[in-house]
Amino acid sequence: MTTALSTEELTKIEAHITAHKHMPGALLPLLHAIQDDIGWISEEAYLPISKALALSVAEVHGVVTFYHHFRRHPAGRHVLQVCRAESCQAMGAEKLEAHVKSTLGVDYHQTTKDGAITLEPVYCLGNCACSPAVMMDDEVYGRMDNQKMAELISEARGA
Amino acid sequence: MVKVFVPCDSSALSLGADRTAKTIVVEAQKRGVEIELVRNGSRGLFWLEPMVEVTTDKGRVAYAPVQPKDVPSLFDADFLNGGAHPLNLGLTEALPWLKKQQRLTFARVGIADPVSLDDYLAHDGYKGLKNALKMTGAEIVKAVTDSGLRGRGGAAFPTGIKWNTVLGCESDQKYIVCNADEGDSGTYSDRMIMEDDPFVLIEGMTIAGIAVGATQGYIYLRSEYPHALKTLNEAINKAEAAGYLGEKICGSNHTFDLEVRRAAGAYVCGEETSLLESLEGKRGLVRFKPPLPAIEGLFGKPTVVNNVISLATVPIILDKGAAFYANYGMGRSRGTLPIQLAGNLKHTGLVELAFGATLRELLYDFGGGSASGRPIRAVQVGGPLGAYLPESQFDTPLDYEEFTKIWAVLGHGGIVAFDDTVDMAKMARYAFEFCAIESCGKCTPCRIGSIRGAEVIDKIVTGKDHAKNIQLVRDLSDTMLNGSLCALGGMTPYPVLSALNHFAEDFKPRDFGLQNKKVAA
Repeated sequence: MTTALSTEELTKIEAHITAHKHMPGALLPLLHAIQDDIGWISEEAYLPISKALALSVAEVHGVVTFYHHFRRHPAGRHVLQVCRAESCQAMGAEKLEAHVKSTLGVDYHQTTKDGAITLEPVYCLGNCACSPAVMMDDEVYGRMDNQKMAELISEARGA
Repeated sequence: MVKVFVPCDSSALSLGADRTAKTIVVEAQKRGVEIELVRNGSRGLFWLEPMVEVTTDKGRVAYAPVQPKDVPSLFDADFLNGGAHPLNLGLTEALPWLKKQQRLTFARVGIADPVSLDDYLAHDGYKGLKNALKMTGAEIVKAVTDSGLRGRGGAAFPTGIKWNTVLGCESDQKYIVCNADEGDSGTYSDRMIMEDDPFVLIEGMTIAGIAVGATQGYIYLRSEYPHALKTLNEAINKAEAAGYLGEKICGSNHTFDLEVRRAAGAYVCGEETSLLESLEGKRGLVRFKPPLPAIEGLFGKPTVVNNVISLATVPIILDKGAAFYANYGMGRSRGTLPIQLAGNLKHTGLVELAFGATLRELLYDFGGGSASGRPIRAVQVGGPLGAYLPESQFDTPLDYEEFTKIWAVLGHGGIVAFDDTVDMAKMARYAFEFCAIESCGKCTPCRIGSIRGAEVIDKIVTGKDHAKNIQLVRDLSDTMLNGSLCALGGMTPYPVLSALNHFAEDFKPRDFGLQNKKVAA
């Protein structure tokens, strides 16, 4: 699936490049700025980034694909991350994962049909004292169970 | 006016602290009562969050856990004056969980508003820096060396020795890099410092900069910690405005600038050389050592790379002296360790203690046993690359060398408990799977070994060439241990082999693979 960027989005990318290109080690801060703004990093951004930072397009692609955080496709309106790490496993994360997947009808790295939620695995949210934990966008939720999960999902779908 | 404290730590928020705070404010307005709401850090008693505290003339009184529905009854019970209520826990300071601890690095955590510089100064903040400004770089490094502080990120390398190497390097530019890529499951002490007492980290990094002659610092913060990012940036701005960062720090001739850089979800970037690559804007591939980062680190310049807790411990060492800190602990493990209780425990949270307490004391005296009420069967200490310990090893004292003796690691001080429903073959398989997902791909033992390892565990539990494949896992682990470039591949055998050695019964052939724990007859 290819999604072309709008002129407005390309202008935004140019502005981020201008704002970041003189930073030492600029590539990660720049990619963060683009993703925070547009929601994902399109291959259309590779060429202008590579020119501004004196890198090859392959190097930019290499960095974007190395890090789990950067997404190469648009996400849903919300991103739900379910923790799969040991502490959460000790408190039933596996059952929670299965429940979330069946409720949403998607597997990891997929988006629900209504475009509301993209499901991602995560390996520790630093909320291990309140396992199992999930993160919806930038908010962490602890001691999750199916009931709390259902409330969180319906809230996200409504918003 | 009565001060009401409701934590803003993200674990407290994850249990609804914002809603509790809002309900208290609304209820107070409704009743025409004036209160001052303070969003403090967490005291670290996470099974009791959201914990609300009020100031009384006897001290702070705690009510916990407080959900919005409890708020009207708290007002009815005159909780603003410490009134009796089923959720009243008495004076916070008198809670046994806190009283039994030795909080040095975490001395201020949970007490005040994390981003109030006035609160920080009122609670002994920046005393360490004031002392450091009167000392030479070599004297500061000596104090850190004499304190016995060792890297709290996991490798336990003496902090003072690392600093001394950077101090001894001639260079036009040096860097202080804080490793805040706290990716180990079961750990959250870095997050707590950054969210609940960010100035102590800023002060520690400033002292490090003055000691070794570095003028630029970076905090490499994992992207999973958005609250810490916000808090750190707010605190850095305030420190700059007050002359604690930037040029002429506190009127001296020292300059130190600090910037937070966001990581991007790669566990391997917690490894120091991979972290430096990432900070330089590259893929987080592990570097060969030597050269040591202390000599050729960030952008090829001498660089101190320290964990959050190591740096946040420096201010108290400079404030109270190396001897004060070194007086805590046992053997070569000096000072205190902020221990994080996680997983299947009744009482999870932050426990800072001098080295030497046993795992059993932490699991039962502090942790209160399992949350599920079932027996604790296995405990993983030190994150996803730490060994699984059986009950017979619960009397091991928390000490770097004692853990080495039982082929285990203390790591970053995270303790994850599992009850007797855990399937240890599954945990061993998960260790390989995690390594495969997070491998940077540079060295073969880690990149390929992890994938083959997970496959072999599948064969073992389905009974395919059982004895042969058990031996194969051991051989593979040996290759990974000795042939990997960094700790990711090199330590994945710890959880795998400890599971196999201590819980061999879980590796017997079974009918339905890992989906069913039932062992075949």
